Amino acid sequence: MELPPVIADWFATQGWSVHPHQQAMLDRSDAPALLLIAPTGGGKTLAGFLPTLAELADGTHQGLHTLYVSPLKALAADIKRNLTTPVAAMGLPIRIEDRTGDTSATQKRRQRADPPHILLTTPESLALLVSYEDAPRMFAGVQRVIVDEIHALAESKRGDQLMLALSRVQAMAPDLRRVGLSATVENPARIAHGLAHHPYPCEILFADPGPDPDIAMLVTDERPPWAGGGAKYAIPAVLEQVKQHNTTLIFHNTRAQAEIFFHNLWLANDTDLPIGIHHGSLDRDQRQRVEAAMVAGSLRAIVCTGSLDLGIDWGDVDLVIQVGAPKNVKRLIQRIGRANHRYNAPSKALLVPANRFEVVECVAALQAARDHDLDGDPPGPGPRDVLCQHILIRACAGPFTADDLFAEIRTVGAYSRLSRADFDACLDFCATGGYALRAYDRWKRLQLRDGLWHLRDPRATRDLRMNIGTIQDTDTLKVRLKGGFKPLGEIEEAFAATLTPGDTFLIGGEIVRYESLREMAVEVTRRADKPPKIATFMGTKFATSTQLSQRVLRMFRQDDWPDLPAHTAEWLHLQREMSKLPEADRILVESFVYDGRHQTCFYGFAGRNAQQTLGLLLTKRMEEMGLDPLGFVATDYATLVWGLTPVADPAPLFEDTALHDGFADWLAGNAVMKRTFRASATIAGLIQRNLPQARTSGRQATFSSDILYDTLTKYDPDHLMLQVTREEALRGLVDFGRIEEMLDRTRGRVDHVILPRVSPLAAPMLLEAGRIPIAGAGRERLMEDAATRLMTEAGLDTL
Amino acid sequence: MNTHVFRFGEQVLTALPSGALWWGDRRLLCVSDLHLGKADRIARRTGRMLPPYETRETLARLAADIALTDPATVLCLGDSFDDLMAADSLDVTDTAMLTSLQAGRRWLWAEGNHDPGPLALGGTHVAQHDCGGLTFRHIASATPHEISGHYHPKHAIPGTGTARPCFLTDGNRLILPAYGAYTGGLRATDPVLSGLFTGRILAILTGRRAICVPLTASAPSVRAGRWPGSRR
Repeated sequence: MELPPVIADWFATQGWSVHPHQQAMLDRSDAPALLLIAPTGGGKTLAGFLPTLAELADGTHQGLHTLYVSPLKALAADIKRNLTTPVAAMGLPIRIEDRTGDTSATQKRRQRADPPHILLTTPESLALLVSYEDAPRMFAGVQRVIVDEIHALAESKRGDQLMLALSRVQAMAPDLRRVGLSATVENPARIAHGLAHHPYPCEILFADPGPDPDIAMLVTDERPPWAGGGAKYAIPAVLEQVKQHNTTLIFHNTRAQAEIFFHNLWLANDTDLPIGIHHGSLDRDQRQRVEAAMVAGSLRAIVCTGSLDLGIDWGDVDLVIQVGAPKNVKRLIQRIGRANHRYNAPSKALLVPANRFEVVECVAALQAARDHDLDGDPPGPGPRDVLCQHILIRACAGPFTADDLFAEIRTVGAYSRLSRADFDACLDFCATGGYALRAYDRWKRLQLRDGLWHLRDPRATRDLRMNIGTIQDTDTLKVRLKGGFKPLGEIEEAFAATLTPGDTFLIGGEIVRYESLREMAVEVTRRADKPPKIATFMGTKFATSTQLSQRVLRMFRQDDWPDLPAHTAEWLHLQREMSKLPEADRILVESFVYDGRHQTCFYGFAGRNAQQTLGLLLTKRMEEMGLDPLGFVATDYATLVWGLTPVADPAPLFEDTALHDGFADWLAGNAVMKRTFRASATIAGLIQRNLPQARTSGRQATFSSDILYDTLTKYDPDHLMLQVTREEALRGLVDFGRIEEMLDRTRGRVDHVILPRVSPLAAPMLLEAGRIPIAGAGRERLMEDAATRLMTEAGLDTL
Repeated sequence: MNTHVFRFGEQVLTALPSGALWWGDRRLLCVSDLHLGKADRIARRTGRMLPPYETRETLARLAADIALTDPATVLCLGDSFDDLMAADSLDVTDTAMLTSLQAGRRWLWAEGNHDPGPLALGGTHVAQHDCGGLTFRHIASATPHEISGHYHPKHAIPGTGTARPCFLTDGNRLILPAYGAYTGGLRATDPVLSGLFTGRILAILTGRRAICVPLTASAPSVRAGRWPGSRR
């Protein structure tokens, strides 16, 4: 396809030329599906939109022509800005609007009646759109869909939901052609499979990857601390870098770390450099102010999290700093791509390890980036909880036949091998609850009449639509200034529960003082007279990839570490001297006493999730062996268990058969499973999403989803939701695959080192957050002891 | 023994780890807030179909306690059914189970805020039950030596983990935990609950063992627990 003159001329007046991959996208614009792999800054988004602009240039198309879907609301808004300007300059007759959770209700209603030519939206908003009865009218003429940053969606349930929604759109608009835009990934074919409208193919186009990025580790005079994630030591060096560059993005792995770092950066910022903070827990207005300032070029640095991961154009970023180990080489490369949007110039990035262990991981990640060794795990089949939600969404839009819906769902890559039996089970779950005890004949959600499935109670659509989405929100409370109205942001309910009036914490980079709780909002003042408690945000915790863990273990084999800073090399030497360094083909176990508890540290290097599962499995075995474990904490490389009795011989804990045999039983009863169940049951519509406005003050009226899980496990162990939970947990939070990989490489070779005190490598574990208590005999003992002590103290022990 | 025996008024009572109260001298077993049929009511009202096994689970617990104590009287202290319609729609298995539990003993349904009025099932409906100087009723009033339910108290011993349903007593008043499977809890330290007591409050936690602990002995629990309604 040639560019129409009006667009070609405008390109010429701007002095722009069409990149080869942009021309390729035009040439192949009639393909049923196309995936473009291009580095950040490669003009990817324009490549996606050029065919749309060309097709709309003559002004003959009526109604919706192109759907643009991005993982972030902010990205949709940004694209709208960047697209509207040239479209206006060229005088093209094209109406562009966005539609996200932030769009007003009036605007949304109008869009359904009179849709724009180009609609920019998110997977959740699209799912909501297809749930309306009038969806066929809106989508009838759609020609193209562009899925931006598809790599960020491909490995998540949001991606699965999006592709299911697209199968609906495709059914209403058979001519729909699909385009995916992706950053560099390790396996483009996998993403293409997900995007394709099966059985039609999806072609892959590659843009020139550009020069290798210029990445290094930030060298500081100050040594990184033994533990912790704050990287406070690096503040002066980071400030120095900010001064030397125009605009710096400072990425953190978690929101809490971003808050702490921003606070410390601000304290040290004696030359008053304009620096902002941006993360998902901040209030929308505040985020938008920062975004606007960034676009205007009035900020020198922005402290951020994954909320800035994706390709929003923030102007002239010339340095990316990653604070904390990157955990995953692929994501590191994608983040680094954020620096320097000029095509064909290398991006510049610095890694700032937060502690000594992260120094090792950062060096390993640098090596992997240089070797172009990207990481990734194969995806499983499409999750059935998302499928259940999709069936309910379909029901909201009107009656349907099971055959049609099944055929439609099988066109989605992730569900292309879905069996009819599995589909029917999901449909039955949506209709009757799917229980072995058929208790709900009178209250079925879906009823079959004349071959068509209907919602029994049409009023249910409101509830179902409110529940759309696959992102799990933790229970959060808004934080606002006393007497003020605008919220500053949100904190987790669990954190709020630990606050006493007078306590201070960090939010949006400022210290605030907790005053009271009013109408489900935390009221604070700016009086900061105490050192802050740190607001804990759940944030996603990524596990260090297998590839990166293996690199670290390979580094440990070296006699010396010239690549590492002296302090870190010394630390490893000290560990080798005092204990041992972990090896890839053996499991190192260290035991020592700390805080009055017997502590045992298991180095498995299996990533955070698998180490967590290992913690659950090991504590179960320890419980059986009478070792009274009280709890554990897991990091990417080790699991630390504490209890009331010392572990004399850890080898039997790792016996393959014992771990496997215990697995099924164990799996049923643990906290991770319950958390996973809660997430899946919410997605599938069994539990209502916890909406702030729906919360009641009568707290005894609500009960924990753990009770539902326990009941199902006992009375209906084969229920669909438990199958989904097990499947989910095995590859996600439980990650048993990586435990098997660890058992396979170590084959029962366990080295047990008993130490008089904590080892250099184990020290960080003691400070790690996310401790998980074990409800076993040890806990019972502890409770009884505590109760006896409290009774004695109160003088009630003789009663 | 995994139970907790304590004096209340002139009587000696036993808190069972299940959350039931056993009065040995009168051979009376008292349970509160069974909320039978809760899943059915939720399905009826919201369309959400929760695992429909909670009635079975609750009755199984009750059966175990009855087998253990062999009571002459079973007193269900209100909110036994999530609502009257839930009582009418118990399935045959659950109804048969309930009938077999009632056989050979006196069965009293005290009225609750969820299930006022008489029931079609066996047993006697009472507004409250007075016996041996003790008063049993669903919601606490100003009566001395009174045993009630309704609030679903729960408590966590500071530093030892999550909250469990619990009995609360100050010697003059006793509040029972919710016995039903699908019930949540209200923090014992919530002023709504702790404000009902005048004396020193003891919490008796349920679980594997009934564990007795003073409610106000440790500052952290009070601070953490006061949170939801605290206004200074």
